[in-house]
Amino acid sequence: MTLIKEIDYGTPESPSVKSVTLTIDGKSVTVPEGTSIMRAAMEVGTEIPKLCATDSIKAFGSCRLCVIEVEGRNGTPASCTTPVAPGISVKTQTPRLAAIRRGVMELYISDHPLDCLTCAANGDCELQDMAGAVGLRDVRYGYDGANHVFARNNGEVNFDWKPKDESNPYFSYDPSKCIVCNRCVRACEEVQGTFALTISGRGFDSRVSPGMDEAFMESECVSCGACVQACPTATLIEKSVVAVGQPEHSEVTTCAYCGVGCTFKAEMRGEEVVRMVPWKDGKANHGHSCIKGRFAYGYAQHGDRILNPMIRESIDQPWRVVSWDEAVGFAADRLKAAQEKYGKNAVGVITSSRCTNEESYLVQKLARQGFRNNNTDTCARVCHSPTGYGLAQAFGTSAGTQDFDSVDDADVILVMGANPTDAHPVFGSHMKKRLREGAKLIVIDPRRIDLVKSPHIKADFHLPLKPGTNVAMVTALAHVIVTENLVNLDFVKSRCDWDEFQDWAAFVANDRYSPEALESVLGVPAADIRGAARLYATGGNGAIYYGLGVTEHSQGSTSVMGIANLAMATGNLGRRGVGVNPLRGQNNVQGSCDMGSFPHELPGYRHVSNDAARQAFEKDWGVSLDPEPGLRIPNMFDAAIEGTFKGLYVQGEDILQSDPDTRHVSRALANMDIVIVQDLFLVETANYAHVFLPGATFLEKDGTFTNAERRIQRVTKVMSPKNGYADWEVTQLLANKLGLNWNYANASEIMDEIARLTPSFAGVSFKRLAEAGSLQWPVNDASPDGMPIMHIESFARGKGKFVITEYVPTEEKVGPRFPLLLTTGRILSQYNVGAQTRRTENSQWHPEDVLEIHPHDAEDRGVREGDWVKVASRAGETTLRAKITDRVAPGVVYTTFHHPTTQANVVTTDNSDWATNCPEYKVTAVQVSTTNGPTDWQHQYRELTEQSRRIASTIDAAE
Amino acid sequence: MSHDSVDKLVRMANQIGTFFMAQKHPEGVASMTDHLRKFWDPHMRNAILAHVDHGGAGLDPIAMEAVKRLKPPAGADG
Repeated sequence: MTLIKEIDYGTPESPSVKSVTLTIDGKSVTVPEGTSIMRAAMEVGTEIPKLCATDSIKAFGSCRLCVIEVEGRNGTPASCTTPVAPGISVKTQTPRLAAIRRGVMELYISDHPLDCLTCAANGDCELQDMAGAVGLRDVRYGYDGANHVFARNNGEVNFDWKPKDESNPYFSYDPSKCIVCNRCVRACEEVQGTFALTISGRGFDSRVSPGMDEAFMESECVSCGACVQACPTATLIEKSVVAVGQPEHSEVTTCAYCGVGCTFKAEMRGEEVVRMVPWKDGKANHGHSCIKGRFAYGYAQHGDRILNPMIRESIDQPWRVVSWDEAVGFAADRLKAAQEKYGKNAVGVITSSRCTNEESYLVQKLARQGFRNNNTDTCARVCHSPTGYGLAQAFGTSAGTQDFDSVDDADVILVMGANPTDAHPVFGSHMKKRLREGAKLIVIDPRRIDLVKSPHIKADFHLPLKPGTNVAMVTALAHVIVTENLVNLDFVKSRCDWDEFQDWAAFVANDRYSPEALESVLGVPAADIRGAARLYATGGNGAIYYGLGVTEHSQGSTSVMGIANLAMATGNLGRRGVGVNPLRGQNNVQGSCDMGSFPHELPGYRHVSNDAARQAFEKDWGVSLDPEPGLRIPNMFDAAIEGTFKGLYVQGEDILQSDPDTRHVSRALANMDIVIVQDLFLVETANYAHVFLPGATFLEKDGTFTNAERRIQRVTKVMSPKNGYADWEVTQLLANKLGLNWNYANASEIMDEIARLTPSFAGVSFKRLAEAGSLQWPVNDASPDGMPIMHIESFARGKGKFVITEYVPTEEKVGPRFPLLLTTGRILSQYNVGAQTRRTENSQWHPEDVLEIHPHDAEDRGVREGDWVKVASRAGETTLRAKITDRVAPGVVYTTFHHPTTQANVVTTDNSDWATNCPEYKVTAVQVSTTNGPTDWQHQYRELTEQSRRIASTIDAAE
Repeated sequence: MSHDSVDKLVRMANQIGTFFMAQKHPEGVASMTDHLRKFWDPHMRNAILAHVDHGGAGLDPIAMEAVKRLKPPAGADG
């Protein structure tokens, strides 16, 4: 194992298809037009000295170290800013160039500390490397004069010196080591798009300045780490490197946070992670990262992790630490007993969108082969199940149509019910890059998300619709497209079912769907809706990105189909720059759905009633399979309360915190005979569990994740599992106690079985993934290298299907008792229920959930900034602190659900999507009032949690 | 099955019916029956069928018709 060192070409790749041939140091080089001489040289292995250049950002030409000579031209131009030209002859090393470079370096070093041996960047410092490369042997100027290096000069206070900024928990900023190359500032602008950094002062006074010369934590910095990565010295450096030292080997793996699926180099010392550095060749992230993937991996070592299996007879008892054998034996016995007593359908499983494909596959296999029923579901039920249903209806597959890079060709970007800069930050940065290049932007969201207006980004249209009116909105947009003759008839005629289109067109053309008629329903000016529709239909390549703000509604599936209608009507499918793109919440939501986690589908989205598909599995698994669909998560809860569903094996999902109507869920869980929780921590659901099986982190196991663009990527084990087993091994232990006789030696064998039985994965194997880096399914004979863009010639289902999208207002209506609409979302620094991120320093950014409320609504209720407020709905009530802001419209309040003490889901209701039972998280009618502190429920819940987390001492356990 | 759960099934069935009633192709009732077969487990289907046998209170006409067309699934545990 070695440390992976990516080649830095100095300047970005040129997109030109035209080639230019030149000579560098006598060697002939052919590169795309527009390539810098620096990059062309690196292409043939000649590394021209450089400091201010790196290939993630545009050339800047400030350090003057990369000077070269071009035959027949005057002077010594910088090779980073000088493009190649046909036939020129370049020299990268001459006595004149060597002297210039040495002079430049001498000046740099004259204002830089010489503490290399004790410096954290020792061995990974470009300044050090360049001093060596240019043969610097002497610094003639000394440190007696003005400098930024010493706190005191000749006993006097040195006002040019600045202390280290240690405010950010993950990296430090030491101004005394800064060479003002601007790489951090440019990375913040060009890569991340936050513009938090600048250079203050001029000449010798130039300093890197977060915000207005603030500390990093006080500035707009979002801690993505791009500046740290770009820094050539120890000025910006990970605190973990300071603490541990330089890594000695690294492995490429995939982040376990959101659905973007960034790949990282886990840089290691032995089994200790020194740092996570985004991998430049990662197709989803191209070397960029966010605060979560880059820094928030400390939960893997957190003291709260449970490392030994535990059981208890009933949930009022303390936990008893037992052996693995006893734990899985206890679990298997109780599952069997429940089936014997209540029938084979009395037990089920929940697969995890945080675990690997291989692990989800095994958990659903456990249900189908072991329990002989289809009671398997996954957390996608509560997020993107309407995407699965809606896109399968419209196009024939349940997946996004594009790769992320497609956004580079988008002319109009329509973001609906998604907040990419918070929830999918690395793709958010990618999108912002395209927006800064001039793409137009339409945002449909009740809340003024950051994309609506942030540095150098401004939405052309923000349609702040009332929560729950998505279907009315997409139909109104369709009305404008149809009645103003903006339909792409060529596309519709050749690619879609013409009869269905005509029915749909007649439906949307009805006056009751005009923006004017719907103005009061939507709360958005009709002119804006018309403008947005015209822009999307006529502005060039139109790409739609949507998230849970679309799906988590009683009409979630209808909205998804409405979005598909818009894309088909305008011909925005089947090529780069367009498409319908669901932004998936968790790292492996796509994968867990692909793996047959749903109760009606076998792996590869084949209905359980499909005889041919079922027979293939029956033959392989040696059992007959149930042809009837099983229970979905909400149906499991209902059946549990009714008394017919008695056992549940939950891998890596905290249903009690993440599912709606907490009281309903806890009642269901309390009614079961056997709840098995497999997780890293004693999560909220574990309060109701009888068996706790410790889980492994993504750093401790092998497997694959599939991201929002259908990209299958490897997860690589970099350390031994602290709990002893990878999660798939734990499932195998349980399966074998149930008599299934599984014999998987490694995750790769599981993938081989998946490939054998799932046509869209036929060509996938760990070996193929190692060769290709990543593959976007389908991977089979028809597309052996995967499919970045789908539906190019025709739709997966043949003709695209237009679906009539009648708007049905949700039953969740405001009234005198509950006059406000609560909608929920996420924040950048926290992830989902927070089980991981709350156990890292990320909590410094977001220590608690707050309620965003409009100043008018706050004033009406006497609520002041920071007050404790009670939020009550017909389902329950909770308290949290108020944040007064006009980001939400009057009548709308907003909160996140990252903290168990807030229990936002005590308030959410059991309303759900008509097609999939995906909960309606995004609309709850509430009342807000001032209060003194937590509600009785919160107090009781805290007590219950403390009670149920008791672990008997090991001595007791041994008795 | 308790009143609570039947009420919920009725509400869910009516929601589904509302969607399919709006569709022109193919016929709404048949599509809804197909939807229930594909996505509701046998136990839920039997419960709503039993409710229809008892008059089907609360069910909208299309939902009622679609549920009636559900034959008891083979091998259901009723």
